[in-house]
Amino acid sequence: MVVKRPEGLVLVSPEGLRHDGRRPEDLRPVKMEVGVFKNADGSALVEYGKTRVVAAVYGPREPLQRFPLLPDKATLRVRYHMAPFSTEERKSPAPSRREVELSKVIREALEPIVLSEEYPRTVIDIFLEVLQADGGTRTAAVTAASLALADAGVPIRALVGGVAVGKVDGVLVVDIDETEDMYGEADMPVAAAPDIGLITLLQLNGVLSREEFNRALDMALTAITRIVELEKRTLRSGYVEAGGEE
Amino acid sequence: MSGERKLAGKLVLPGEPVDDEVQAEKPFVVEEGGVKRATVIGLVREGEGGKKSFVRLKGVYVPKPGDIVIGLISGVGVMNWFVDINSPYTAVLNVQDFLGRPYNPAYDDMSLLLRIGDYVKAKVVAFERTRNPLLTVQDKGLGRITGGVVVEISPTKVPRVIGRKRSMISMIEEKTGCKLFVAVNGRVHVECPNRDLEVVAVMAIKYIEREAHTSGLTERVMRLIEEEKSIREVR
Repeated sequence: MVVKRPEGLVLVSPEGLRHDGRRPEDLRPVKMEVGVFKNADGSALVEYGKTRVVAAVYGPREPLQRFPLLPDKATLRVRYHMAPFSTEERKSPAPSRREVELSKVIREALEPIVLSEEYPRTVIDIFLEVLQADGGTRTAAVTAASLALADAGVPIRALVGGVAVGKVDGVLVVDIDETEDMYGEADMPVAAAPDIGLITLLQLNGVLSREEFNRALDMALTAITRIVELEKRTLRSGYVEAGGEE
Repeated sequence: MSGERKLAGKLVLPGEPVDDEVQAEKPFVVEEGGVKRATVIGLVREGEGGKKSFVRLKGVYVPKPGDIVIGLISGVGVMNWFVDINSPYTAVLNVQDFLGRPYNPAYDDMSLLLRIGDYVKAKVVAFERTRNPLLTVQDKGLGRITGGVVVEISPTKVPRVIGRKRSMISMIEEKTGCKLFVAVNGRVHVECPNRDLEVVAVMAIKYIEREAHTSGLTERVMRLIEEEKSIREVR
């Protein structure tokens, strides 16, 4: 779908700055918080600029109905949902095709890191609610889910983080927002666990040359390393604050 | 121990490497590609003789045969009760086991023995994750809990409530005159001489749960108990 770009919108300036003043390799201001919900076993709030996602983890627990149970491992259930007020136009609260698909994609981005074999015949529920959408909601959701899983004490191999790399006006840029996504040429969300060197999500919408793809992946992995560092700092701060110096 | 509030060890996050000599239970530290990594948030604590161990700070209780648990009756079957043991797995307690003799519905009434909402102290007989855990009450001190209160805490905080060589638990018992039983599934049975002391003991347990990751805890809990006792004017 080609959307006509509004007049006067410059995505990349002659100086190489993006429409919001960032350099191509810059992230938006990232904010993270854990333990935002008292009733969930684990929870987190993640903000990438204006994108804002909350995650809640319940489990491992016995589900109300027994059909999702697997005999050899815990079932991961992920619900990605956008709040009706998260977009410019009201979004119907019913799960759309896109949300069902993203739930699956995010679940598959988390399955390789959760040690689900340790809790057979249980479910781990992950609820992801997009409160405000400004591009990169799936990657922010993966980051929030990873934090919430750690907060819940579910054994995970490593923390994952997500970020999207895009191509706008021929320039590769990290952490694209809604505007860049809409008028750009390509969008590539990546999620990875840098501690164990594992890429868990890789999608590409648009066209990148082989060389561009390699560069984009490198940029994404560098950004993810920074995001996971932030995740660790967030998890640590709750305890260090309570306990002073280590 | 001066009662100073510090982290009780080195904080380790999921995915971070853990030294080889650190002792840890299996799913909480796993080895992959020759490197041991933590899978949950935990502390590496140095014990007596410089032995290091990994203590997790969050997570659920998974039953092990031989564990003494406090269960909450949550359902009634034909010949058994379903018991919530604060775990992802619901436990089963058979009527024959509770009676200690065969059950005959002609003259035995299950609803007179245990009801939904009753607490039982029981032992896990068998559990291997393919079937739900089986409980028994046929041992000394097990059976229906008839008095006191049951406090629920996170199962990962149980070692802190007990303390090194039962130091914490005996301190609370001595200071409040209550009798405490800490079950591994994170339920604490508190029996006290009076209501005021009960409130103080429960406060102390909840305080330990909140502050389990800090050091100098015994000192601070002792101060808390003294303070609360003087506020309530009980001895």
